[in-house]
Amino acid sequence: MIRLPLVLIFSGALFAIGVYGVLARRNAVLVLMSIELMLNAVNVNLVAFSQWLRDGLVAGQVFALFVITVAAAEVGIGLAIVILIFRNRETINVDEVNLLRW
Amino acid sequence: MIEQAWLIPVIPLAATLLIVFFGKREPLRGAGISILATGAAFVISVAVFVQVLGGAHAERSWPWFEIGDLRFEIGMNVDGLAAVMFVVVTLVSLLVQIYSVGYMAHEPRFTWYFAALSLFTGSMLNLVIANDLFQLLVGWELVGICSYLLIGHFWEEKENADAANKAFITTRTGDVPFVFGIFVLTFAAGTTNITEITELAQGGAISAGALTVAALLLFGGAIGKSAQFPLHVWLPDAMAGPTPVSALIHAATMVAAGVYMVGRLFGVFAGSAEALTFVAVIGAITMLIAALLALVQDDIKRVLAYSTVSQLGYMMAALGLGPAGYTAGLFHLFTHAFFKALLFLGAGSVIHAVHSNRMSEMGGLRTAMPVTFWTFIIGSAALAGIPPLAGFWSKDEIIVEAFREAQYGVWIVAVLTALLTAFYMTRAIALTFFGDYRGQGHPHESPRVMTVPLVALAGLAAVAGFYGAPFLEGGFSELVHFGEEAHAAQFDLGMAALSVGLAAVGIAAGWALYGRWRERDPLRSLGPLYAFLDRKYFLDDVYLRGIVRPIQYPIAAFVNWTSRVILDGIVNGFGILARLLGRATEAVDRRVVDGAVNRVAVGTGWTGALLRYVQSGNVQRYAVFLFVGVAVLAVIFTRV
Amino acid sequence: MFETWALSLAVFLPTVGTIVIALVPRERDRLIRLLGILFTGAALLVGIVVLFGFDFSAPGAFGAAQGASALQYRVDVSWISAIDARYHMGLDGVSLPLLVLTLLLSFLCMVYTWRFLPEPGRPKPFVALLLLLQTGMAGTFVAFDLVLFFVFWELVLVPMYFLIGVWGGPNREYAAIKFFLYTLFGSLFMLLGFLAMYFKANPNTFDMIALQQAGGTFGRTFQLVVFAGLFLGFAIKVPMWPFHTWLPDAHTEAPTVGSVLLAGVLLKMGTYGFVRIALPILPQAARIWAPVIGVLAVIAILYAALACLAQRDLKRLIAFSSVGHMGFVMLGTATLTDVGINAAIYGMVAHGIITGMLFFLAGSLHERYHTREIAEIGGGMLQKVPYLASVLAFTAIASLGLPGLAGFWGEVMALLSSYRPAPGLSLGLFRTLMVFGGIGTVLTAGYFLWMLQRVNLGTVPERWRDKQFRDMTAVEYVSWAPLLVAIVVLGVFPRIVLGVTNEAVGTLLTLF
Repeated sequence: MIRLPLVLIFSGALFAIGVYGVLARRNAVLVLMSIELMLNAVNVNLVAFSQWLRDGLVAGQVFALFVITVAAAEVGIGLAIVILIFRNRETINVDEVNLLRW
Repeated sequence: MIEQAWLIPVIPLAATLLIVFFGKREPLRGAGISILATGAAFVISVAVFVQVLGGAHAERSWPWFEIGDLRFEIGMNVDGLAAVMFVVVTLVSLLVQIYSVGYMAHEPRFTWYFAALSLFTGSMLNLVIANDLFQLLVGWELVGICSYLLIGHFWEEKENADAANKAFITTRTGDVPFVFGIFVLTFAAGTTNITEITELAQGGAISAGALTVAALLLFGGAIGKSAQFPLHVWLPDAMAGPTPVSALIHAATMVAAGVYMVGRLFGVFAGSAEALTFVAVIGAITMLIAALLALVQDDIKRVLAYSTVSQLGYMMAALGLGPAGYTAGLFHLFTHAFFKALLFLGAGSVIHAVHSNRMSEMGGLRTAMPVTFWTFIIGSAALAGIPPLAGFWSKDEIIVEAFREAQYGVWIVAVLTALLTAFYMTRAIALTFFGDYRGQGHPHESPRVMTVPLVALAGLAAVAGFYGAPFLEGGFSELVHFGEEAHAAQFDLGMAALSVGLAAVGIAAGWALYGRWRERDPLRSLGPLYAFLDRKYFLDDVYLRGIVRPIQYPIAAFVNWTSRVILDGIVNGFGILARLLGRATEAVDRRVVDGAVNRVAVGTGWTGALLRYVQSGNVQRYAVFLFVGVAVLAVIFTRV
Repeated sequence: MFETWALSLAVFLPTVGTIVIALVPRERDRLIRLLGILFTGAALLVGIVVLFGFDFSAPGAFGAAQGASALQYRVDVSWISAIDARYHMGLDGVSLPLLVLTLLLSFLCMVYTWRFLPEPGRPKPFVALLLLLQTGMAGTFVAFDLVLFFVFWELVLVPMYFLIGVWGGPNREYAAIKFFLYTLFGSLFMLLGFLAMYFKANPNTFDMIALQQAGGTFGRTFQLVVFAGLFLGFAIKVPMWPFHTWLPDAHTEAPTVGSVLLAGVLLKMGTYGFVRIALPILPQAARIWAPVIGVLAVIAILYAALACLAQRDLKRLIAFSSVGHMGFVMLGTATLTDVGINAAIYGMVAHGIITGMLFFLAGSLHERYHTREIAEIGGGMLQKVPYLASVLAFTAIASLGLPGLAGFWGEVMALLSSYRPAPGLSLGLFRTLMVFGGIGTVLTAGYFLWMLQRVNLGTVPERWRDKQFRDMTAVEYVSWAPLLVAIVVLGVFPRIVLGVTNEAVGTLLTLF
């Protein structure tokens, strides 16, 4: 049995890496990947707590499944956007994609 | 007939309207209607007179209008005085109108002239018949406006229009107190009926104070109308009118109105000794100063005008003697009407012939104009008081009464004036009819239509005096007297001798000085006194320069200035102030109120401009904010 | 049926005329003017029928007990129920002469307009505005509800503003605005007074007769203050000295018929207001204010007479003479006696006829000479246009107060009444006023005669000698004859007006 704090430390680190990726990387694909990392960190947390609380309904696992589904959809749309941006602007550097600028 | 006496004023008044609207189509261009109407009025007057002689007396009143609790009536009061006046006014007016047909034949506005004459006559008759103060006032003022119209008949010349204005405004000045006198009587007596007022005044129902005030105020009107000192100045200027009009004004209508009014309201005057004294003093002053002025005139009509003023002074002085002089004064009014009308018409005849009013341009007319000459002589002698002509009887009666009433001041002035009268009339006759002709052209006797009235009037001037002569039983004094008892004329041989003697002295002196024509008037040797008289005691100058002109120009201009500049300035000032205020409000509105609104907008803009930099379009930066935000919130929530 | 409808008909027929004319195309010049004559004529006809049906012996609509029942041709229906304003109109002896005067003058003005239309033409708005003006004027004299009165009162301003502002002389805009604002300024205070009385009365009411009943309960100070407000409103309209300065400007610039109606009717609205509203509702204050009014009135008489002597413009002179004549009217009113108030109403009618006539003449003169400068006309009018000049002389003489003509009775009776004012008023003061008023009559004679001398008499100056002027035209004969006849008839039979007003004024005085 892995002890809960270890799992939490792991998921926190994973989330932090994801945040870093989202904030620091300039490549849109990598940003998407980082988001996936953050989502997975959340999934780990959900499963961990679900176990720790011994939830009869295993709501945590169920939620994790939902998150995975949503993440898959999100990645699908995200990659589609990225591809469209690439087609239009020949780049996927998010710094250069600033159409909503003032 | 006496019941129909109201027709006497109504006929000429109706004739006026007829002449105005239809006069031009009438064969005599309006004169026919006028003469016919006056003739009819004369016939009725004579009939009424005869009835009044027989003791008849008619007094009627018809309601006129009411205002509050005051009731005004139109009435007629045909007593002896009114009956005499009817005859005098209609007769003189009739003769003047006949004469005018000749005199005015070639003058402009012939028809209008007769319309005005008719109105003049009718107004005067209305004044005579009136039995209500306000009815009297209507006649009184109408007489004034008619004289305005007729004096200014030749209005192409400015002087004539000036004279008309002067006449109206001067008499109107006197009318102000006159109207106030009527007010006093109206309220003091509670009625405007003259008969009732007389009864109340005599019965002591009106306080002496009220009577004095009323009488003095009423006399103010007579001072204006009858040209008494100090408002006599209009009458000589009124000579600007056609000469027949002067005859009418001086004999029967305008100036007689004042004397008649005093006679008609004598009940009021008799109730106040102070008022009577005032009347007598004014009369005495007037008779003397006017006679003196008559001495220095070159205009023949002005000589006569001043003589009228002087004779009116006699009448007023006589009335001022009280009930004793009442008959004498009104008798003089009666006789004076005939000889003064005669003299004016005679002067008119002369002027008609020589086309000048100036006696220095006449002379020697006695041969060229015999009828005018002889009638003029009769008139002058009557005026000068030569027995047995009309003036002698009436003037003598006044002198006698003044002496008997112990009014020695009046008596002395009257006697002295008699002397002066004889003198200036002699002067006028000498300058006009004797010597050699000094004017232009060849004068001829006037046409028949003018000489016939002269002869008729000369006859009357000769005999009218007998009607009031002392030896005649039931004469004038029976008809016209104040109080129950007739005050028969007294004959005083001494007085008669005195006045005739003085008249003779005057005539002799006049003849001595003027029997032979001199280029320089002998009276000029009086020096400054002559200048003083020549300038009419400077009264005209005082009135004109002291009152009329200042009001007319500087005062009026000042008042107008206050209206335009000060009062209007205040109004416009309010306007300007309001506009300034508006501008200020507008500024405040624009800067402050609207400014605040705009500031809010601008401020929002600035804030937006600042904040827009947040909108980098950089998703990652948004994410940083998001993250920081979450972190901050996390910290906050954990702390709480 | 006619009883209740007559007044509404007389007042609103001209409004109907305005609407009808609005529908007529403006090219139909003659038709428009004809319609104007027809509608004013119809209103006059109604007025005449009313006159014949009028009970002259009836008391006036004053006083608590029988006030309302004394009104003839009365109509009283609810109008604005929220503030108890009622459509209350009626006639009594005080209103009747002024109503008839209004209807007559309006009709004659319309007849005059048949031929004379001032620059810049445009008959359609001109006639329409005149008709609207008539509604306002006539309504003012028959309204017995303060709100209704106020509406009519203000209604008059608008058409008159346009008449002066559009058809006026060179300085018309200034004059029109001055007229409008000055009068409006006064009526504001008048309205405040009305409102104050409304709220003070118990129960709240705008009804004039009910207010007379309630007026007795008003306190002294309240009366004084409210009277001051009403005074300002009415005095400006009259106009009393020193509020008169709008009048000469308005008259000088106004078109002829505008001047006629302004002098003939509008000024009377002010004096009527005193007699109808200020005196009966606030008798206690009237007594205290009377000396002030009297003094101002006499100042106006003398002041106007002197100012007249200095005028160069004929119309301005007549305008100032109006100030003086209205001074006599106010002097009569200030005495608070039946003689005085009767004289005032008589004076209003006489002044309306005479001064209206004078303004007609000034207009016709201008029509011919194209100037109103006395010096420029330069005399000789009697030679140039004898009939016109004779009528001018006649009217001027009537205006200076010759007995036997209409101008006399109003003035002399006003002076008579100030010899004995109402008990409680200072005898000394009012007799002094009488003396100064008397002096005013001499000055009045002076300036009128001087004006006649400079305009009528003398010879024609060089510059007019070769000009051809038409003497009186048919339209002038028709539109003036009634006024000229009225001047004589009223002068000889003052009873025609005094017989109507005497009873009514007697009732008014029972309030004092």
